[in-house]
Amino acid sequence: MTGLQDRLTPAQIEEFGRELDALRQRIVDDLGQEDVDYIHTVIKTQRGLEVAGRALLFAGFFPPAWLAGVGALSVAKILDNMEIGHNVMHGQYDWTRDPALSSQRFEWDTVAPAENWRHSHNYIHHTYTNIVDKDRDVGYGILRMDTAQKWHPYYLGNPVYATLLALFFQWGVMLHDLEVENVVKGERSWADNVPVLKKIVRKASRQVGKDYVLFPLLTGPLAPLTFLGNATANLTRNLWAFAIIFCGHFPADVESFTEEETASESRGQWYLRQILGSANISGGPLFHIMSGNLSHQIEHHLFPDIPARRYPQIAGEVRAICEKYGLPYHTGPLRKQLWSVAKKIVKLALPQTSPSPTTVEPDRQLRAA
Amino acid sequence: MTALIPRRVRSLASLAEALLTPHGMDRYLELVDPMLVRREIRGLVTAVRKQTPDSVTLTVRPSRAWPGFTAGQYVRLQVEIDGVRRTRCYSPCGSQYDGELEFTVKEQGLVSGHLNRAIGVGSVVNLSTPDGSFTLPATRPDRVLLIAGGSGITPVLAMARTLVDEKHPGEIVFVQYSNGPADALYRTELAELAARHPGLRVVHAHTHTEGGELRGFFTPEHLARVAPWFRDAEAYVCGPKPLMDAVREQLGERVHTEEFTPPALTFDTANAEGQVRFKRSGRECANSGKPLLEQAEEAGLSPEHGCRMGICFSCTQLKTAGRVRNAKTGEISGEEDEEIQLCISVPVGDVEIDA
Repeated sequence: MTGLQDRLTPAQIEEFGRELDALRQRIVDDLGQEDVDYIHTVIKTQRGLEVAGRALLFAGFFPPAWLAGVGALSVAKILDNMEIGHNVMHGQYDWTRDPALSSQRFEWDTVAPAENWRHSHNYIHHTYTNIVDKDRDVGYGILRMDTAQKWHPYYLGNPVYATLLALFFQWGVMLHDLEVENVVKGERSWADNVPVLKKIVRKASRQVGKDYVLFPLLTGPLAPLTFLGNATANLTRNLWAFAIIFCGHFPADVESFTEEETASESRGQWYLRQILGSANISGGPLFHIMSGNLSHQIEHHLFPDIPARRYPQIAGEVRAICEKYGLPYHTGPLRKQLWSVAKKIVKLALPQTSPSPTTVEPDRQLRAA
Repeated sequence: MTALIPRRVRSLASLAEALLTPHGMDRYLELVDPMLVRREIRGLVTAVRKQTPDSVTLTVRPSRAWPGFTAGQYVRLQVEIDGVRRTRCYSPCGSQYDGELEFTVKEQGLVSGHLNRAIGVGSVVNLSTPDGSFTLPATRPDRVLLIAGGSGITPVLAMARTLVDEKHPGEIVFVQYSNGPADALYRTELAELAARHPGLRVVHAHTHTEGGELRGFFTPEHLARVAPWFRDAEAYVCGPKPLMDAVREQLGERVHTEEFTPPALTFDTANAEGQVRFKRSGRECANSGKPLLEQAEEAGLSPEHGCRMGICFSCTQLKTAGRVRNAKTGEISGEEDEEIQLCISVPVGDVEIDA
């Protein structure tokens, strides 16, 4: 079987890796005041929208105020999680040495504690991207998202699980850190989970306390409306984050890998896997900001630690490098990618489906040679 | 009743913190005004003046978390240069009883250069809590000898001003070494201070020009001339290393110094052994024999740091396993879970840092 390793010749993969390293270095050398000003503007906007949203809910008896409040709060939560939290916690702004932008200290507005997430996402997912059985983001331990995952009658519920995950995404991400499937398999003990669980309880109770107890109580007789408003904002953020993240990894033509073919990867091969395992979403500048620039999932997976605002700037160059080496560059508008993901979720609920792409594509091989 | 108010304010503040979770109040307050922060310490520059062409004197009003300082201590001051926060240590040179802080900064190096060129009234800087043990004892000595060289005047001047504010009943002699009158920082202020306080005598020693009461570099005769009682005094010295060494030679353990000049550190990069692991980031590299701060930076990390010479403790991190040599003292330490200064710690074999 043609594996990941055979996509490019050893000389090509080395040159390919060097080109991407050089691209990264050029951006790193160019980081400065503009990047700091940008993230400060986003933070200021996010905080402003949050305060405005919370304040408007105090006038929630007036339907337009309620709607505007929920809208502002939803956008604030999306910005907090996507363009600020996700990116800051990747270390994209550690070079500024600003404690408020430190990957180690940042905490985001979601029930999943930053520290747990940094392990499961930054380390596990970004190191073992799309390696079935190693990357726990493939199906999040609940879904069958790849034909390489053995079918089981449980997976008949795939569309239901996916819908529930989308609705309660922040809780899914939080529970993901417990690695329940590994506990079931006996590879992890509940004792290993004690510290993870402690952080979860602490963080989730603060988040719940704020959104569902304190703010509703503060609005007095409007408490049910405020409760509903906060729940709606959380729901909007959940659906949006789910959509962006699933479109970045699970459209039809995104490839997956086996542990064997990725056993002893070079830097260039790691880059190659990141490109084949990710998909972009096309759209305008506002869409990119709202998606935390994860609409540039390919660029993000190549360079997770450079500020996300740089991804649109380098996307053309990354795409040109892909073309030069005959590699696919998966991209498409949101509706197309969402449709593709939805089809996959439904298809993979059943045992007999055509295999999702793996790295077997000999016709494309060595095209750049 | 008065006891109830702070409690109510405290519970209001904690309610606000709970409502503003996870970011906390400061992250919102600073958007209104950077000086409103409650936990972090910031400083607002309220005055900027030039005493000499190559230095600047800043008056800084600290935000409410500032705990006050003891004359002689230093603070880590942070400014943003090209988007990056840079840190350097400075001793406030006002009296410890002043509400505002005063810094005099000589134009040399990145941070000091920036403070000289780019900081104006209204600028905001970040401050650490004060640190350092170069301070007067709680029971003030009767006879105090204050010796300053160049920009080393700052902590010593803070002591003089503090003693004058306390109406110190004994004798104080302040000897200031400078190249010549034009380089003598705080010349006017020192004269005014001496005029206000009869117990204080200010002596100018010029190393390169005529015109001072003393001429040339420090000698024992200088002391005999201006403070014949120097053997009964406690001496506080800050300035170039040769000055501090020369005074120490005369007065032995009655000399208290503040070392801001980097000690000569030697590193053995040829015989380095073992692996260095940075636990949180998961990075690992072969020990190069250089200080851990440099090894961390070479591994792509950017740990917080300041002086790079073991003075400011900005780069302190937890060592979770292994042994390190302190390049300043040569001491080897293998304690588990120990806080070490990355900039002067060299791994001896395998080391794991929680960074």
